[in-house]
Amino acid sequence: MNGHMDKFLPRPTPESAPFWQGCQDHKLLLQYCTACDTHQFYPRTICATCMSDQLEWREASGRGTVESYTIVTRAVSDAYAADVPYVIALITLAEGPRMMSNVIGCDVESVKCGLAVEVVFERWSAEITMPKFRPFADQIAG
Amino acid sequence: MDSLRGKVAIVGAADTPVGKLPQFSPTGLCIDAARRVMADANITKDKIDGLITCNSMAEPYMYHAEAMAEYLQIFPRYCMSVGAGGSTTFSILHHAAAAIVSGMCTTVLITMADSLRSGLTRDQAMKMQSSAGHSQFEIPFGPTVPAFYALIARAHMDKYGTTAEQFAAIAVACRKHACLNPTAEMRTPITIDDVMNSRMIADPLHLLDCSLVSDGGSAIIMTSADRVADFPHDPVYILGVGEGHGHEHISQAQSLTTSFAVESGRRAFAMAGLKPSDMDFAQLYDCFTPTVLVELEDLGFCKIGEGGAFVENGNIELGGMLPVNTHGGLLSHCHPGNPGSMFALTETVTQLRGMAGARQVKGAEVAMVHGQGGIMSSHTSVILGRERH
Ligand SMILES: [Zn+2]
Repeated sequence: MNGHMDKFLPRPTPESAPFWQGCQDHKLLLQYCTACDTHQFYPRTICATCMSDQLEWREASGRGTVESYTIVTRAVSDAYAADVPYVIALITLAEGPRMMSNVIGCDVESVKCGLAVEVVFERWSAEITMPKFRPFADQIAG
Repeated sequence: MDSLRGKVAIVGAADTPVGKLPQFSPTGLCIDAARRVMADANITKDKIDGLITCNSMAEPYMYHAEAMAEYLQIFPRYCMSVGAGGSTTFSILHHAAAAIVSGMCTTVLITMADSLRSGLTRDQAMKMQSSAGHSQFEIPFGPTVPAFYALIARAHMDKYGTTAEQFAAIAVACRKHACLNPTAEMRTPITIDDVMNSRMIADPLHLLDCSLVSDGGSAIIMTSADRVADFPHDPVYILGVGEGHGHEHISQAQSLTTSFAVESGRRAFAMAGLKPSDMDFAQLYDCFTPTVLVELEDLGFCKIGEGGAFVENGNIELGGMLPVNTHGGLLSHCHPGNPGSMFALTETVTQLRGMAGARQVKGAEVAMVHGQGGIMSSHTSVILGRERH
């Protein structure tokens, strides 16, 4: 865990705090607008589709598809150097929204556009757990 | 105002030296660019009543334009600093044109400089590297600036079959032009193989797919079209301008492969009453090679998805169908950050004055310049021409 402390840790805001608490609890939470039946990410005080404030937090399936990716071979800072080579990916969640994350738990060369992935959680500090993704495997429980 | 078409002209354009210039502060470069452009336009500083700058990363001020006015001891009635990343230059030009047409001022100095090569502390460099993403939902995962653009490149390859060699052809074209430009930083010819064999930075982008990190400054002077006779050089008129703003963070983009350059280009062409095939050349923002390919598609120089084929076979080189980045671009001329596309603007003025020497586009009458900032986020397209109509 100490290896993550010098990374760029997210600082939760009032609108994002429930998301980060969800990660602490190993749940991927998305905002859902009950006025227009739309999921959204990142967290906002309003629904960016219809401007309603009728938002509730719902646990997402945690599954998605890699829309694009890159393999970083020159780390952004020393704190990330031990992770090289690492995959930065844009993942389209089953519920619709897109999010950036890392694809871990596999050979970086095996990542492709269209790869099915599922969320896994990586604890970085007492307050922050990061949502990451690994190739989806039916046989893995949960 | 219904249109800016033909109402404003660029009457001065000048660059400082570029490259590694530790003997200059960013402020020194900004002022040097201003001094040079006043000489080019043959005017004294008291004739300038508008000033627009962008802040320097290496030597930031709270109110940068005010600081530059104070340094120069000029007292403009229109004074502002703009920050829109790589789109800054042309967004500024848009604001300046509107300020002149609306009567807020008559003669605007736009001067921009930075020292990203020599002037950044390690902390500033780190901050710059990590400032492009969302602080909670992107940056923690460790994306580098090249990685953001690699995501666009990979998406384009996956969707349209574009190849890394096609991205490389853009770097080769820019380098070919830089070799004809005595002020360019990189003047050794390269091949597609050289690009493909250069170090991988963020797959599929190699080192030579990435732009330079430079010191340098550049400036222009703009005034209303009815004043151009007061200046020594042929004026270059603004025929069309358009902006498009799609997102700030790439993970929020509506599309990874098609940007709001579609909107900026459509608006600029509509104002000018011209179409892509009317352009004699184009200067397209090239912080990384994929941006040029996407911009060629989005601005309408080729169909969506066909940018890969368009950049092959010397088509975007001098002598080809659409010469792109005739000075060498950010890839091979210089890239001092936000001021980077100023050099594309001054090069366009030089070309339209017919003074570009060995790299002159023969008979050049009209051209497009395009800047994008963020990660294909903010876009401004400008059409410039020798004739007012
Ligand atoms: Zn809604």
